[in-house]
Amino acid sequence: MKATVFLAILLVLGTAACTEREQSLYQGKVQNGEPAYKGTGVSAFTAPGWTPGDRNSWEQELKTRAQQGQNEYNRVN
Amino acid sequence: MARMKFICDAERCIECNACVTACKNEHEVPWGVNRRRVVTLNDGVPGEKSISVACMHCSDAPCMAVCPVNCFYHTDEGVVLHNKDTCIGCGYCSYACPFGAPQFPSQGNFGVRGKMDKCTFCAGGPEAHGSEAEFEKYGRNRLAEGKLPACAEMCSTKALLGGDGDVIADIFRTRVVARGKGAEVWGWGTAYGSKQAGQPPQNPQPGGTTTGGK
Repeated sequence: MKATVFLAILLVLGTAACTEREQSLYQGKVQNGEPAYKGTGVSAFTAPGWTPGDRNSWEQELKTRAQQGQNEYNRVN
Repeated sequence: MARMKFICDAERCIECNACVTACKNEHEVPWGVNRRRVVTLNDGVPGEKSISVACMHCSDAPCMAVCPVNCFYHTDEGVVLHNKDTCIGCGYCSYACPFGAPQFPSQGNFGVRGKMDKCTFCAGGPEAHGSEAEFEKYGRNRLAEGKLPACAEMCSTKALLGGDGDVIADIFRTRVVARGKGAEVWGWGTAYGSKQAGQPPQNPQPGGTTTGGK
């Protein structure tokens, strides 16, 4: 009985060596799981006007910042 | 979803190199590496144009296609970043890039190129956002701070536009309509896709009009 169990365990361990490592291409996928809208966690350097973790407020902040900082037609017209 | 892009308005660029300085200062880029450069076309000839060039974060990035160790990746915002821990410094990306964006530190011994360095759209890298390791390897992560790239925000004439593609294209369109000229965006087709892809217009049509790309 013991020999049978031992043989079974040995077989299971032996077949485990047949597994392969993941070989799928990861090119082009995001390697860092944290998206930019999550923020840096350093409030001193974070621009005011948006809530870290809120994607919509982050996107709105960048749009507002682009319009205010780079579109001078908003100021002169 | 925001899709980050750069536009350089050649009608406005005055070759002041403020974008280059802002980038080097913001990210503490080492000597010998310029993530952004100003290139003057037809220098010295009346009507010369200057453009600010860095990684354009292509939609179909050639650097990503040729990298033998797959160290490049796209973020959710379309920014092309790379992992310096994976990079082997082979330089293939440098040969493949139409903008000359990938740079290599020059202080290595025996011709060693070191780890490739390039513009990150101020989006850091694969390390934790805002971490010391991220700053050391890739520079500041302004995007995660809710800011736009330092080069574009520092540009004195607002020639260099950086941000959500829809927003900056709209800003540029407003300018072109107001001034009535200078609609050509250098590198836009090459980076973000068009049939023309930086080539002169093809298939001349009767009446002087041409087709093929924008």
